[in-house]
Parts: sequence; structure tokens; C-alpha cells
Amino acid sequence: MKITIASGKGGTGKTFVSTNLFFSIQKEGIPVTLVDCDAEEPNVMEFFSGILTEQIPIIQKIPVIHEDSCTYCDKCREYCNYNAIICLPQAKHIQVLEDLCHDCGACLAACQYNAITEKEKTLGHVSIYRLPSGALIVEGRSSIGVYSPVPVIKGAMHHTHPDGITLFDAPPGISCPFIATADKADYIVLVTEPTPFGLNDLKLSVQTLDTLQKSYGVVINRSGLGDNSIYEWLEEKGIPILAEIPFDKEIARVYSEGRLIAEVNPGYRYFFTNLYQKIQNHAGNCSSQR
Amino acid sequence: MPEIVLLSGKGGTGKTSLAAAFATLEKNLVVADCDVDAANLYLVLQPRDYICEPFISGYKARIDYNSCTQCGLCQEYCRFGAISVITDPAYPKGKITISHTACDGCKLCARICPIQAISMIPSDKSLWFAGNFRNGKMVHARLAPGEENSGKLVSLVREKARQTAKETGWQRIIIDGPPGTGCSAIASMTGTDKVIVVTEPSRSGFHDMKRILELVHQFRIPSCVIINKFTLNKGFTRDIENWCLENNIQVAGKISFSPDIVHAMVHCVSITEWKPSSETASEIKAVYNKIILPVFSAFRGSGE
Repeated sequence: MKITIASGKGGTGKTFVSTNLFFSIQKEGIPVTLVDCDAEEPNVMEFFSGILTEQIPIIQKIPVIHEDSCTYCDKCREYCNYNAIICLPQAKHIQVLEDLCHDCGACLAACQYNAITEKEKTLGHVSIYRLPSGALIVEGRSSIGVYSPVPVIKGAMHHTHPDGITLFDAPPGISCPFIATADKADYIVLVTEPTPFGLNDLKLSVQTLDTLQKSYGVVINRSGLGDNSIYEWLEEKGIPILAEIPFDKEIARVYSEGRLIAEVNPGYRYFFTNLYQKIQNHAGNCSSQR
Repeated sequence: MPEIVLLSGKGGTGKTSLAAAFATLEKNLVVADCDVDAANLYLVLQPRDYICEPFISGYKARIDYNSCTQCGLCQEYCRFGAISVITDPAYPKGKITISHTACDGCKLCARICPIQAISMIPSDKSLWFAGNFRNGKMVHARLAPGEENSGKLVSLVREKARQTAKETGWQRIIIDGPPGTGCSAIASMTGTDKVIVVTEPSRSGFHDMKRILELVHQFRIPSCVIINKFTLNKGFTRDIENWCLENNIQVAGKISFSPDIVHAMVHCVSITEWKPSSETASEIKAVYNKIILPVFSAFRGSGE
């Protein structure tokens, strides 16, 4: 089973939930892999120490235009839907704007003079770490200055647990990086906080997941901090609350130091094991309804 | 045109709460919310919008099954894995289908289809807005769920904000940026006069701050750091201060953690409006006077 932990708003506690959930269920002896899909800002490995067993570069192809065979016909520029090619036929000037290229291959298909070949550009890396327990953590990390983390996210998401549980720690937002992470999941856990910002962004996430026709439930983090409107909205929509995590300075302190509350405080290990059971139940119900 | 942007790398460090505070300290400025994925600033500033227009975020390929011959050429060309053959009782050999979520909108399939059975449908559910709020004007946007090109929408919001700042003659813009280091963060910072990186004293806040600063340096934009909620972990606050000192980065201020920030948000006002004489509000005002005002007045002086 593949479970994505996500939220529209940043900083609501996605990584907090995914790292503690991972820690608690692997302690139960359940086979599990955690994949950090927040490739722009990966934080999962700050909470674990493991041995790097493999590092895979994520490559994109970028066109190279050979001016000795180019006739400046302008067709590749016309075919490029991302404005990544500049062609000035009269000045005999042609140029690829590498950052804008999406690796779609349209320019290659357009060129009738065999003037375009491709080179490789590294967009980031997928790193696989083995923990002392044997469980794996997969980290997608895009290089600084790369426009889209999606190819790195997709690369990381290939490394699911063959027959156990895979947890995907999603990037914030509701656009392409989030969609890439949610699309392949069987169930999505939305982490939010009971504030107007949290509610606004939760509504956007819910709308997105409904469009994708995904099953989901909500974890309310820092409960007791804001107001009640989120509870009223969830009840009205009939969206299940999987768990509530109280606003607690101990949690904030332990987290800020890069430690796991489920390891420091066994009560929380029990809490996250319970959360896993609830996810299992909900995901099971949802799939039997389909 | 002086433009100042708040960024953080990590989400939830307090960019929007600080942007709201900065936006309500003085009259006559333009605020641009460039976190188009999860726009929240409007909840506090409550603009009355006088413009609301659609934004075309991209195109998705669609097959016309009346003319499609199921030749499969489009599937061969698609590099996004968006075209597959699914089982369908009406098609003995399977039915060529385009996945809406995987389609990148490159249009190659539509161009190479021998019988032009594929067309590109615009995604036009995203919107951008301009409105009046109590201290000035605000430009913001809402990316429709699951749509692409947030970077392009950010560029549009910034262009409209510049236009507004020019028309009103106010000539100053505060930008609330998105989390991350990708296209929307890049689009939010290019060509600005100052990047304020809002971090928090945690291991992940520190890590993400370094990544966003690396990106800012690639664009050679003057930057400084604000350590928000510094009272939550003074040890990390010291580590961040020392790191900034070693790397020659200005720490423009430290803001205390206070539940008042959340209370203000629940009441749809900024912290400087909610508790103007609180410690947190004074710390924010000090940063405003030290960092933001000089950038604004330098431009007024130059007559630009």
C-alpha cells in the first residue's frame, strides 16, 4: 500500500507525521519504506542516520543544435511549446534556453536536417539510505536553480517497498509536484492546523484530491491553537479526522532538534501506531466501496 | 520600482504573517501574493477586488475518437508517459487514452498525428485578482487545483503589481513568496531589490534557509535573514546567527514566538494591528524601519 502525507500549506507538519509514522510502524516489525518527495526542500534525513547505499542522478535531455547543418528554418522554435528556443533566421542565430526545456522531444521531431542531438543535464539525485533496522529511506533532492522538481520526485517514487508499506512525504501546494506525489498513492493523509490559513489550504487540497478521485483523511496538528472553523467544515463535508496532535512545546522542541517524538516519548509511538491502524481501516473501507 | 520579497525555503516559517504585518504598517503600497499554490494573505488583508480575470495555465491534449484510427504514433512520441492503451470493450486492440494529470501540454502528439485527431484544450480555471485593502492595493491569484505553470502565474502577478504601483505613483511593492526553491520561488525573486529570508530556529528551517540563500546568491540579489519564533529554540537561533556571521549574511532581526500571531490571524488582522504595542509587533516594526524603509526611500530619492 502507498500512502502520501500531504498538505496545501507548508509547515503544517507533513514531515513530522511521516517521520514519526515511519519510525513507529517499522518498530512494529511492519515492512515500510519512506520516500521524501519534497525534492525542493528535503528534510526527512535530518531525523535519521543511515548508510547511503545508492545515489542515482536524475537526468534530463536537452537539445543541442548543430549550426553546421542548421538552416535556421525556425521549425523547432515553432514546435517548442515552452519558448525554450530562440531563432532569428535573418541574423542566423539560434539558441536553446536550457532552463525552460521540458525534455518533450518536439524540436527533435521538428528538425528535418538532423541538426539537433541531445545532451544530458543533471536535475538532482535520488539517494537511498539503509537504517540499522534494515528499513529504507529514499530521498529526492533537486539541484538548486532547477525549475521543476517533478522528474526527481518521479525518480524517487520508483523506489517503493516491493510488498510492504510505502510512505510518500509530499511537497507543499496543489500544483504539479503535489499531483505527481498524490497520483500514485492508494490513500492520502492531509495534515493541517486549525487556523484560517490551514483551513483555506485544506479546502484547496480536498478540491484537488476530489478531482483526482482519491481517498483521504485529515490529521489536525497543533490542535487547541486556533479556532473551531476547521472542525465544523470537516463535519459538514463528512471528511474523517484520523488523529489530532495537540499543540505542545515539547513536540516543537524535539522536532526542532531533528529528533522524533515517537522515540523520545513512547506514548507518541503508540499514538502513531494507532494512526497507522486508522489509515489501514479507512483505506480498506474506501477500496471496498469502489 | 522597489520590490522586496519574503521567502523561506521551508513552509510555515511565518512569511505570510510577517508580510501582513509589513503591509499594514503604512499607507500606500502594493502587496503581491506570489504563493499562488496556497494563497493566504488575502484572508488577512481582505481586499475588495476590482479585477478578476482567468489565467491560462497551460494546455492538455484531447483525442477526438470519431477520427482517431488508433495508430499509436502519439504514444511512441510522448515522453511523459501520458498516453497509454487501456482495455475497452468497444476497442478490441485497446483504446489509446491520454492521462490528464501526466500530460505536460507539449503539443507534440497533436503535431505529429497524421489525421489531426488531437487538439489542445486550454486550462483556464486559474484566476488572478487586483483589489483595494485598508492600506493600499493587492494583487493575488488562485491556481486551480492540479494545474501547472505556477511560475508563469507568479510572473503575471508581479507584472500586474508593478503596473499598479506605477499607476498609483506609490512605487513600492512587498511580495509574499512561495515555499521551495523551484520555478515559483525563482519567478518571485528575479529582478527584486531585496530578498528577506524568513527562517525559524529548527534543524529543517536552518537547512532550508541555506538552500534558498544559495539560490538567491545565484541571482545576485541583496538578502538578509529574519529568525522568526526565535524564542522557541535559542540554541538553534545562535547556530543560525553564527552561520550568517561566518557567511557574511545580515540577520535583520529576531521575532519572538507569540500565540498572539495565531489570534490575530483568526481575527483576520495582522499582529501589528492586533497587538501594536506587543513585543512581537515592536520587533517587526524595528525590522521594517531597518530593512524595508531604506530600500523604498532610496528609490524615491533616485526619482525612479
